[in-house]
Amino acid sequence: MRSEAIVGVLEKQYVTKLLEKGKRVDGRGLLDSRPIQIIPNVVKKAEGSAMVKWGDTVVLAGVKAQLGSPFPDTPNDGVITVNAEISPISSPTNESGPPGPRTVELARVVDRGIRESKVLPMKDPKLCVIPGKKVWIIFVDIYILDDGGNLFDAAALGAIAAIANTRIKKVVIDEDLEEVTLLEETEPLPRNGSVVSLTFAKIENTIVYDPNLIEDRGKDARFSLALTDKGIVCSMQKGESGIFTQEEFTKILDQSSALAAPLLEKIEDCSQYPELNEMYNFEF
Amino acid sequence: MTQEKTSLLLDNGRRLDGRELHELRPITMRSSVLDRADGSCYLTWGNNKIICAVYGPRELHPKHLAKPDRAIVRVEYRLATFSVNERKSPAPRRREYELSKLIKESLDAVLFLEKFPNGTIDVYITVLDADGGTRCAALTAASIALADAGIPMKGFITGCAVGKVADKMVVDLSDVEDKDGQGDMPVAMNHNTGEITLLQCDGEFTTDEVKEGLSLAVDAIGEVYKMQREAVLAKYTQIEGKIDDLGEEEE
Repeated sequence: MRSEAIVGVLEKQYVTKLLEKGKRVDGRGLLDSRPIQIIPNVVKKAEGSAMVKWGDTVVLAGVKAQLGSPFPDTPNDGVITVNAEISPISSPTNESGPPGPRTVELARVVDRGIRESKVLPMKDPKLCVIPGKKVWIIFVDIYILDDGGNLFDAAALGAIAAIANTRIKKVVIDEDLEEVTLLEETEPLPRNGSVVSLTFAKIENTIVYDPNLIEDRGKDARFSLALTDKGIVCSMQKGESGIFTQEEFTKILDQSSALAAPLLEKIEDCSQYPELNEMYNFEF
Repeated sequence: MTQEKTSLLLDNGRRLDGRELHELRPITMRSSVLDRADGSCYLTWGNNKIICAVYGPRELHPKHLAKPDRAIVRVEYRLATFSVNERKSPAPRRREYELSKLIKESLDAVLFLEKFPNGTIDVYITVLDADGGTRCAALTAASIALADAGIPMKGFITGCAVGKVADKMVVDLSDVEDKDGQGDMPVAMNHNTGEITLLQCDGEFTTDEVKEGLSLAVDAIGEVYKMQREAVLAKYTQIEGKIDDLGEEEE
């Protein structure tokens, strides 16, 4: 069985030794990303979707939209919910059952990145249909299908790419601002710019971008940040038991915009992709 | 009611998606699509998209579930939240539990479980996009993933639904035909031995229609079975091709 659940002591030593020389197990530079492919619009029943293949990690994100009531404390805002499923399909060690702490952290970090970036203009009349009464509720669901490391970035990219491809039904509001009729015609979900996630792993004293599975499982600490297309940091999350120093954070922040650029470009390239991708020959 | 019945067939006697009464939707199957799973399959059947991963035979936890004389099979059939018209809650519903159980029982019939005492074979199926007939498609995909994992089997389980639309028996119901038609009847079997491992139906059928449906299903399953065989073999013919290439290079 190809289970990389437990990174053996020897394996970790090997990874660490290589890193000390500035090399990685898969031959990448410390700040290189693995190849990334986004296939937009793959699920017919979803309002928006995207399949992301990031290295050998495979993630499918889908968006469903439905009209509902706003939260009482934000009556004039649409609602977004991001949910993640680390499916047991994705690895021998990812077990089925209700979401565990790892899944919940993943979902919440991706959720925060999108929410705080204000990529979705929640007060836009297209999202807040009748203030206080009817708003669009946007469900973003992320399924991890193959767990090859760095789920945070792959999940976040899938989520934003799916949002970029989402079309919601046009609505007609009656004169008394009571009834809403849904039309068959659709329009793009309003979107202000874009946001990407960048994840770094620290193994002993070396920091790498986009950890692969061995690096991910053997890491001492993890740091993810969400960066908008305007260069604003809108969410950060340090994880695992290891530590970072102030200098290390500074260094990461200095490198962030250069790393975000190719991702932002990829999102715009597949935005509002009109045709359904049949994916008969998708190379997982 | 009459209008609803007839509206599922076009004037030329074809179905709404242009198919003949006994025609299957386009189907594609690929094995070994996931890196971490022991066996896997990605299957598209019309607009259904299904991914299946098999892990095992492996150690079973918790141990008290283990059978000292054979392995157990655990099947998890799930719909992705965005695979249906109205978003489904991520927590499994009764339907998913029932289908998981039926799929497991079908697969039990072709696996040599006694070879792996105390172990488990875990089959995880997720419907990424649903378009009617997912349980049959899921079973079909699960058999491929099991074979891909190298687990000894007596044969493949192959599924296909038949049903009644506008008073006619048709093969492979689409989502619309399933919801608005007069009945559907999923069938799954080991095509080589003729053993039927799954049969359900809801709707209204005469006994003759059930008989007709069964024979239509057996024929359709024969067609799907051929594709299954090819999907499993494809991996090995590819490897064979690569070995041939290597041989040429050496010369």
